[in-house]
Amino acid sequence: MKLENIFSIYKSMEESGIILSFKGDITSDLLTSILQIMENRLESFNEEPKIRKKVYHVLVECLQNLYHHMDEIPSHINGKDRSAIFMIGKSEDGYKIITGNYILNENVSGLKKRIDEINALTKEELKEYYKQVLTNGEMSLKGGGGLGIIDIARKSGEKLEYEFLPITDNISFFILNIKINNKIN
Amino acid sequence: MKKIEVEATPKTPYLMLDPASKTIVINGRSIPENSVQFYTPVFEALDKWIAEKTKDKINVSVRLEYFNTSSSKCVLDIFKKLAELHKNGAQVDVTWIYEKDDEDMMEAGQDYQTIVGIPFKMVEVDE
Repeated sequence: MKLENIFSIYKSMEESGIILSFKGDITSDLLTSILQIMENRLESFNEEPKIRKKVYHVLVECLQNLYHHMDEIPSHINGKDRSAIFMIGKSEDGYKIITGNYILNENVSGLKKRIDEINALTKEELKEYYKQVLTNGEMSLKGGGGLGIIDIARKSGEKLEYEFLPITDNISFFILNIKINNKIN
Repeated sequence: MKKIEVEATPKTPYLMLDPASKTIVINGRSIPENSVQFYTPVFEALDKWIAEKTKDKINVSVRLEYFNTSSSKCVLDIFKKLAELHKNGAQVDVTWIYEKDDEDMMEAGQDYQTIVGIPFKMVEVDE
C-alpha cells in the first residue's frame, strides 16, 4: 500500500463521520473489546439512554452476525480468511453501522431475498414476525436462527441498505448499512 | 445437583441456581456468542425437576439490561420449561425486572408471558 493512501483513507473516514473502524479477523475477544470501547464512547456523547441502548444492541447483533455467519474465503495471507470490515459513524441525524464481508455467490440470493422481505414489513409487522420466529424458529447452536437481522431492522427503524459487489465467479462482497435515527419515536 | 453461582462478565449476567431452594436468579447483560453453552446448567436443572415431577415452589428472577437474540431464544426455552413445571403442579413464581423507561425490556417480558402462558410479576425499578 502506498503511504499517501493512508491519508486518503483517513480523510474519507473523517468526512463520513466515522468514529471507529476495524478491518481484520472477527474473534470473540475482538467483539468484547469493540463493545466496551463503543459503550464508553456512547456514554461520552451524552446520548439519550434509549438511543445508546439501540446503537449498542444493533452493534451486538451486527458483530455477532459477522462472527457466526461470515463465509470463509480462501486467502493468500493465511489460507482462509475470516476477515471483515466494519465502521461506526455519527452524524447530526444519528448513527450508522456499516459492515462488509465476503459471501459465497450461492448464498447471495437467499440473503438478498431475506433482507428484502424484512424491508417490506412495517414496524408492527416486524414485531409480530420477531415473535413468530422466536416462538417457532429452530434454535441453532450458532445463534437465534435468523432473529438477528429482524432485530436489527426493528431497532434501527429504517430500511436496511445493502449492496452485493461481484468479486469473482464464486465470491461477492456484501455491504450492509444500518441507520439509527437519534429522534426518539 | 450443586448450587451454581457465576459472577457477571461483560458478556454474561450474574447467574445463581440453588437446587435446595429451587431458586434461579439472572441479572445483568446477556450477549455471549454461545448462549446455549451459558444457559445449559439452567436447562439441565429444569429438565431434572420436570423429570422428578416436582410440586415444589420455584422462584425465578430475571433482570436483563441487554440481551442478544441468541439469549432471547435461551430465555424463552427457560420459560417454556417453567411452564411445563407449572402444568405439572409446581408453583412457579417468575419476576421480570426492568428499568424504568426501558419499554423494550418491559415488552419483552410481556411477550414471554403471552408466548408461554404463565403470569409474571412485572417489577419496574429505577436505574
